Amino acid sequence: MHMADALLSPAVGGAMWAGSLGTLIYCAKKLKEKMDEKMIPLMGVLGAFIFAGQMINFTIPVTGSSGHIGGGMILTILLGPYAAFLVIASVLVIQALFFADGGLLALGANIWNMGIYPAFIAYPLIYKAIVKKNASNKAITIASVLSVVIGLQLGALSVVLETKSSGITELPFGTFLLLMQPIHLAIGLIEGFVTAGIVIYVRSLRPDIVDDLEGVKALSTGGSLKKVIIVLGILAVITGSAFSWFASTHPDGLEWSIEKIYGKPEISDQASAIKENIGKLQEKTAVLPDYSFPSKGGEEKKTPLWPAVDTGTSVSGLIGGIMVLGLIILFGVVIKLTRRSREKM
Amino acid sequence: MSHHIVELKDVRFSYPDGTEALKGVSFRILHGGSVGIAGANGAGKTTLLLNLNGHLLPSGGEISIGDIPLTKKTRQEIRKKVGFVFQRPDDQLFMPTVYEDVAFGPINLGVPPERVDERVKDALEKVSCLHLINRPPHRLSEGQKRAVAIATVIAMNPDILVMDEPASNLDPKSRRQLIKLLKNFKHTKIIASHDLDLILDLCERCIVIKDGKVVADGPSEEVLLNEQLLEENNLELPLSRQRR
Amino acid sequence: MTFDAEFFNIGYLDTLSYKNSFVHRLDPRIKIIVSFIFILFVVSFPKYEISALMPFFIYPVFLLTAGNIPLKAIAKKVLFISPFAIFIGIFNPLIDTGVIISPLGIPVSGGWLSFFSIIVKFILTVSTALLLIAVTSFPGVCEALERLKLPKLFVIQLLFLYRYLFVLLDVSLRMLRAREARSFGKRGKEIKTFIRLISVLLVRSVERAERIYQAMLSRGFRGEIRVLKIHRLRLQDVFFAVFSVIIFYIFRNFNIVSFIGENIRSFFR
Repeated sequence: MHMADALLSPAVGGAMWAGSLGTLIYCAKKLKEKMDEKMIPLMGVLGAFIFAGQMINFTIPVTGSSGHIGGGMILTILLGPYAAFLVIASVLVIQALFFADGGLLALGANIWNMGIYPAFIAYPLIYKAIVKKNASNKAITIASVLSVVIGLQLGALSVVLETKSSGITELPFGTFLLLMQPIHLAIGLIEGFVTAGIVIYVRSLRPDIVDDLEGVKALSTGGSLKKVIIVLGILAVITGSAFSWFASTHPDGLEWSIEKIYGKPEISDQASAIKENIGKLQEKTAVLPDYSFPSKGGEEKKTPLWPAVDTGTSVSGLIGGIMVLGLIILFGVVIKLTRRSREKM
Repeated sequence: MSHHIVELKDVRFSYPDGTEALKGVSFRILHGGSVGIAGANGAGKTTLLLNLNGHLLPSGGEISIGDIPLTKKTRQEIRKKVGFVFQRPDDQLFMPTVYEDVAFGPINLGVPPERVDERVKDALEKVSCLHLINRPPHRLSEGQKRAVAIATVIAMNPDILVMDEPASNLDPKSRRQLIKLLKNFKHTKIIASHDLDLILDLCERCIVIKDGKVVADGPSEEVLLNEQLLEENNLELPLSRQRR
Repeated sequence: MTFDAEFFNIGYLDTLSYKNSFVHRLDPRIKIIVSFIFILFVVSFPKYEISALMPFFIYPVFLLTAGNIPLKAIAKKVLFISPFAIFIGIFNPLIDTGVIISPLGIPVSGGWLSFFSIIVKFILTVSTALLLIAVTSFPGVCEALERLKLPKLFVIQLLFLYRYLFVLLDVSLRMLRAREARSFGKRGKEIKTFIRLISVLLVRSVERAERIYQAMLSRGFRGEIRVLKIHRLRLQDVFFAVFSVIIFYIFRNFNIVSFIGENIRSFFR
């Protein structure tokens, strides 16, 4: 599932971007050293292939609903982790721009969620452990299903973590998990089988594609990769703790908390109330998987957030909001007319 | 005194899976000549063309382009002389804009940046596509793609132009324009095609390939009007010469 | 959305991106940076804020109108992806039921406020992403990414993806139509058929990549591809950037909306 900008805080979004960019740069460097130049058009074309492939749907057995492939794992199997990560990132860039799938800030998170786990965890630790040279169809199937499922579970978990630490949604951690994980388990199982099916069939048509396309998979073996995983793991832990710390101490995310500039009581109440809320959130998340909903008359558990806001101020907000929107629309119309008259000249 | 520019001596080629695609092909083409290559599907036309450019290297026999024998080491050199226009223009136009596609060759040749611009515009001018210079290739029509693909190759100033099915998928008008265009080129032309009328129109000489061997080599007017020969090769009289 | 519609959609945005307008001519780096900063400002708002977000609409509205982008196209897209945001956001009113404000006597719970806040933020961020590509061609975006120091290999590969995207979409469209012509109801769309289809597509794609590589070699390729840089930073680009960021900053830190609202109310008192 794609993360959306509206559910992210700047801190979390920024942290995920940092992680993804770092990985991107690392992968590009690694590839440059040893990659066959043939890979360049291949990576682009396979990216386009995944994109096109995602548009072809199939009927999911039992439920009868239609599904489509994600493609992260199949890319990794064909291209090796470094190239696959770049391609996955590219597909997401196109989706973010042309389909607004998620958004620009969330792009960093999406690249991480959908790229890191298949390429640097599932593939080296699971797939490669099971699938050796001339592996049987059974081995490929087991490996694919396991890899895809684990990759998706980790991805889904990341979405939950990122959303919760952004503090935008009220959905309790436990409930959110309960929503995400089982769905992605089902998706993972299906995609795993489909991936295996593709690998097996393509192998029968052109074994060289599956076995070692362009010789780059040599890059993915050995100790160097284990090192990479360790580094990434550490990075993840650091990024994770960094952003959760940041989120709790800087709720506005970017340090221009209004109280520093203004001192308007109502707004600073928001900021401190939010701090409070996030603190409460962290309490709640620590009590996995307790998903007791806050009681309906929740006043004792949560202090009202805008104690100083009276009805009057909120009405001003309403009026002012409508006014401003109106002005902006006017502004837009003016630009349109100016442009049109300029074109006529 | 004309100087042999393309010479094949008993060229053989086998694919990695064992298929023998060329079983001893020999011919000579002189500078400025225009030769059509015809034959049934699977006869070996494309394989032959790919050998001319060094994409495939003969398993036996020898190919020389302008006195340079084709080997793994010399093929980069040879590609400077032999411009290859592929069957599908989409495979050939891989840069974000027409300008960059046409500039790709010259830049790789080491042409200085100031001259690259000239070359690009010249080449596009020759194929009447200068107005498309900033277009992305996926926004071109088939005919335009073909023309631009040719421009990408002639921008390298090759001596020889090798083309694989240049007019397939073109509407009649674009096809006509292509033929007109090619007629004006002074390069040595080697064109593989099913479009026998095109060969008749453009090429003074025609070679027919069957099962990896040359079965006919002579003036197009003769070869392409030899009904029995054509019959044996899954070909027909050029449409313009057929009587209804 | 059906394949046809999706395909048409990318094609449409792509066509729009090659127009020529003031915003189209702005340096792509600037547009990316400003849009990114815009999004950061928007999502930095606390979760119950709605009205203070309103002034931010000026940015997408500006891009839309000055860039001559049809509103319908963007609006349709935003509407189409909104179910996701609604799905996540809808839990808020269900859970956070403490009433916070009661404008005009109607009690509104925090949950609803945060829900609408999410929706507004969603509209702002999503429309900006779409408008960004609508006023900047994809090669322009790639040029900007390279200049912003993203790895060249990544950018080149992005360009290839873009180049062959439409080609492959076309191929798959034809495959889909062929499948369509021989399927009835749910039969024909099973996973097994799908695997065959997609594997064939995969092999054809790899073969295509091999042919492209051949074409590159035949034009002297030796490993280096140059990304064409046609944009140069002009004064107007810098002005646009500085001006925009200042405006965003003002909108974020000064509650203009309340100010206007207050003044209107006091005018009417």
